[in-house]
Amino acid sequence: MGQSEPRSQVSSLLSLTRQQQPRRGVLRKDAAAFKQRGWKLFHCRVSSFVGVHTPPRPSVLPGMSLHGSTARLSEARRVAIFGGTHGNEMSGVALVNLWIKNGADIQRRGADIKPFITNPRAVEKCVRYVDTDLNRAFTHENLSASGGDEFPYEVRRAQEINRMFGPKGSPEAYDVIFDLHNTTSNMGCTLILESSKDHFNLQMMNYIKKAISPASCLVLLNEHPLLKYSTSRSVAKHPVGLEVGPQPQGVLRSNIFEAMRVILKHALDFIELFNEGMEFPPCTVEVFRVSERIDYPRDANGNIIAMVHPNLQDCDWEPLNPGDPMFQTFDGKTIPYQGSCTVYPTFINEAAYYEKQQAFVTTRRETLAASGIRKA
Amino acid sequence: MEHVSLAPLSRVAICGGTHGNEMTGVYIVREMQRKKVSAAGSFSVTPVLTNPRAVDVCRRYTDKDLNRCFTDALLSSPVTDSTPYELKRAQELNAQLGPKGGKEAVDLLVDLHNTTANMGLCLIFYSLDWLTLHLLKYIQNKISSVPVRAIQLDIPLSDAYSLEAVGKHGFAIEVGPQPHGVLRADIFNVAKKAVDLTLEFIQEFNAGRTFEGGEVEAFTLVKSIDYPRDSSGEITAAIHPELQDNDFKLLRPGDPLFLSFSGETLIHEGEELYPFFINECAYYEKKVAFQLARKTTYSFPSVSVEKD
Repeated sequence: MGQSEPRSQVSSLLSLTRQQQPRRGVLRKDAAAFKQRGWKLFHCRVSSFVGVHTPPRPSVLPGMSLHGSTARLSEARRVAIFGGTHGNEMSGVALVNLWIKNGADIQRRGADIKPFITNPRAVEKCVRYVDTDLNRAFTHENLSASGGDEFPYEVRRAQEINRMFGPKGSPEAYDVIFDLHNTTSNMGCTLILESSKDHFNLQMMNYIKKAISPASCLVLLNEHPLLKYSTSRSVAKHPVGLEVGPQPQGVLRSNIFEAMRVILKHALDFIELFNEGMEFPPCTVEVFRVSERIDYPRDANGNIIAMVHPNLQDCDWEPLNPGDPMFQTFDGKTIPYQGSCTVYPTFINEAAYYEKQQAFVTTRRETLAASGIRKA
Repeated sequence: MEHVSLAPLSRVAICGGTHGNEMTGVYIVREMQRKKVSAAGSFSVTPVLTNPRAVDVCRRYTDKDLNRCFTDALLSSPVTDSTPYELKRAQELNAQLGPKGGKEAVDLLVDLHNTTANMGLCLIFYSLDWLTLHLLKYIQNKISSVPVRAIQLDIPLSDAYSLEAVGKHGFAIEVGPQPHGVLRADIFNVAKKAVDLTLEFIQEFNAGRTFEGGEVEAFTLVKSIDYPRDSSGEITAAIHPELQDNDFKLLRPGDPLFLSFSGETLIHEGEELYPFFINECAYYEKKVAFQLARKTTYSFPSVSVEKD
């Protein structure tokens, strides 16, 4: 059996990127292009920034003190890595199982890092969930409900996870939780942020983006009051979602697995450096802020009557302008996007979202300012 | 080769949802049902949603893989209360569209499938008869957006286990890559075109047109290869990045097959063969990482419909 050299970290991520091809108005017809479905390298367009130009003063969170422009934060000692929150998203399942057997690669000075399978029953059956979506189950109502033998499996599991890694919102909660996910959408590597005021997470994400450059890793911010949801990672003080795609449910792709492994390596390196006292100066981070959920067109019985248009399919993070093709009916008619301004769609054609009435979400580009941080 | 005359085709079935999460077939059949498609000139067309229970829950199957239930033995096994849903359904479909091997069976049964493997468009047959070879050629000549290939399963009819064996002529149309549970417009469009071309061919054939003979390549299944596993049966490697998405690219000894989680490359040893169904989601439980085929060229004669 052949023994290969360890793959260079950046090369595994670069293997996921390809040149951005002219997309709007160009239908891919040749077999070669059809075959090369994969990532697109997202090019920053400075001129289209919709963002903050004057960094605001960072707000002060509990456990944080402002010293000059550098916030002093408590050490990030208790860290967890969740896999299998959705049992058929295979990269996280494989990585966490690997690290449970042999955790050498995830050891870091100054931190206790625990790999954990959050939804073992769903993993065993290779389904997203058994009774209800675990990644929507961490609501205050669910976590505080008592009784429980008749509760859905995932609600009981959420309560258990909250006991082990929380309680959510309390000082005893874990410092950082990484939650590993895959998507059928062509999102590449995406970090998911739940609060624009989480300077620790912003600094971590900035560190990761720089570490993997020229490969890219985008940040999705979901702070939308209606579209935000109660994730398993939300139990921690600093929840970090990691979403890598495209990968079909139930399938393990080597390049996707390796990309996730590399991103986590850098994330844990950041935590180690932070815990050892390194100061991270103020920085800005480009994020895509969730704006609106767009459903498929449906008939009176709720059946979908059109598909994501070929021009939009796989074009996560690329600008969608008013008038651009959005859906295609089964007869081939085009339904255009009729929003009032350019948006950046993502989670385009995610398998699990058909039942959640979502064909894609729109986002707006924004620049967030992170204060400098240092361990207190 | 001498010209061959064949009987006209009068009944065609277009099937989808045999695996409930393979969305292209589900939606093509639903659209045909919505539009009440029942005839195309000289022959009848019946769209059939074959596994409605699995379609409802968007899973491959509920009890048992429907597309493994059509062997002669399973079709004639007695039905009891504990018979799996799909086995009962197979017998129902055999009564409706067959019986398999019988005179009353539909003339042509086309079953629509998707795969997570990068296989483009494949027509999967048991027997390469003249009609199916001509259909393959006809579709290959008219679809250029994706590669169109033929896969032959060299299995005697009695052991043939999948739905298309029920028709007098039959093949599966397998299109990928598409994740299960996802409906991609580009995949839908190409599969629909293949169905339309099939019906167009039959129409022209029944009307008396002569189709010239020729040659076509097909891939004949030789064997399946499983993932490397540990002692508890868990997989220890993923399909190597250089094999992933390279369905039908010739595999030579020394070419990488798997990349283990610890970074080792496992290579191909043995004869040169063509891999396909590389990293098909549904095959993990069947212990298949990919399948291997040999390429054969078939000649076929010109054909036209029998005149009374």
